[in-house]
Amino acid sequence: MSDILLNVEDLRVRFPGLNGYTDAVRGLSFTLGRERLGIVGESGSGKSMTGRAILDLVPPPGEVTAKRMEFMGLDLLTMPPRERRALRGARMSMIMQDPKYSLNPVMTVGEQIAETWRIHNPGAQRQAKEKALEMLDAVRIRDPKHVYDLYPHEVSGGMGQRVMIAMVLVADPDLIIADEPTSALDVTVSMQVLAILDDLVSGRGLGLIFISHDLDLVRSFCDRVIVMYGGAVMETLAARDLDQAQHAYTKGLLNCLPRLDRADETLPIFTRDPEWLR
Amino acid sequence: MTAPALSVSHLTVRYSGRAVVDDVSFDVEEGGSFGIVGESGSGKSTVLRAIAGLATDRDGTISVEGQVLGRKRDLAFCRLVQMVFQDPYGSLHPKQTVDRALAEAIAIHGLDRGEERIQSALEDVGLGRGFRFRYPHQLSGGQRQRVAIARALILEPRILLLDEPTSALDVSIQAEVLNLLKRLAAERRMTMLLVSHNLAVVAHMCLRIAVMQGGKFVEEAPARRFRDLKADHPYTQTLLDASGGFRRGFFAETAK
Repeated sequence: MSDILLNVEDLRVRFPGLNGYTDAVRGLSFTLGRERLGIVGESGSGKSMTGRAILDLVPPPGEVTAKRMEFMGLDLLTMPPRERRALRGARMSMIMQDPKYSLNPVMTVGEQIAETWRIHNPGAQRQAKEKALEMLDAVRIRDPKHVYDLYPHEVSGGMGQRVMIAMVLVADPDLIIADEPTSALDVTVSMQVLAILDDLVSGRGLGLIFISHDLDLVRSFCDRVIVMYGGAVMETLAARDLDQAQHAYTKGLLNCLPRLDRADETLPIFTRDPEWLR
Repeated sequence: MTAPALSVSHLTVRYSGRAVVDDVSFDVEEGGSFGIVGESGSGKSTVLRAIAGLATDRDGTISVEGQVLGRKRDLAFCRLVQMVFQDPYGSLHPKQTVDRALAEAIAIHGLDRGEERIQSALEDVGLGRGFRFRYPHQLSGGQRQRVAIARALILEPRILLLDEPTSALDVSIQAEVLNLLKRLAAERRMTMLLVSHNLAVVAHMCLRIAVMQGGKFVEEAPARRFRDLKADHPYTQTLLDASGGFRRGFFAETAK
């Protein structure tokens, strides 16, 4: 089946410490098609490490193992690092949380997009600026020519995040991993950034892994959701079925959010069952 | 008629000449709860900072229990009004134990029964004896925020200023901290002023809500007004719409 972009089986990430290993991800399996897959969890759930493991960005001394990790028919586990590196950025890419820290502060944003294009299209130097302007327009920046020459500190958070999206998409990848792409943004701005991401993902038929701590956001944005806790998968379900979640952890997370449409005297607290981690 | 616990009238605060809070007025009665919602740069935190005396270039009057505040804040003010900040990582001294953080507040104010106060303050926020001699790095984010709350409450303030007290926390921990604040405020009849970007959090905690944009209150209403997701001001309506999560077509409606 060519529609499966990513096939992961029994992914494990662990870090050596003084008292043996600490498991960050314990046995995650999933397949990803050309869809929006959400990975939800609280801090320390292993959701970011999962994204990093797919891109081979787990920092040393972390160790990644899996029974299977295939990207469009390519075996990522046996692939030499050189080839893996060529894949990264070109065919699978990542959008980070905070544009403030992810953009180069001493280079104009347009140049940074053009640089990405040049790296992935050697021999097409002259088109780079044109392509960058085209991408800025695609992320609905109103005056691309003006914004091209701005430095990261001169753009707002929302615009910075749109520049990041433009930079990732200019290489025309098949898979994007977005790690909390809107948590540093105001709600109204983040809705605009999501709308742009949504259009581009469905327009180009990309696979998107959307990593977030925000259940409501993932529910409304993604097609499918994986709920993680302590490095393990609690539950995988269609986003629209989140209301009928079976797992106590998912239900607990949903219930403890204060809601606008309902006045609660106290918020329900849930206890974590050690059984969830087996 | 008694004076409101906290009264702010025609408050304007300037940062290098630019007004970040522009002619804001509100009252909070004793034991009441007032919330300010807004996005970054709206000036919501600056209102709290002005009350706490941390923003000095200001016009307008701020009075606490009928007393008009001047430029400087004295010890008596600090006993009356305490503040909890957003980031529990930044607001505790990394080389001081929980015990020392709490003892310092008692020493500054020359309070008696220090031992007893520290024990009961920790108990009130749900931290056992085991936590008293720990350093901040030995605590989780939620536990640190509890210590920050304990440090504010140990002086038995009448007014609590809360600046995004749960934004740095996971949702399950947020629920615990919000429950704790709500219970303590009710038990002690404390007046609460809460600032947050999260409308649902403010609506859960406060009876009255002001929506702030560009340094001004654009709308002020009882919390229940917002529960049917309808508002008078278009900006408030945008916030209400956005609080429900992502909706396809949202961008087209708001930006084009």
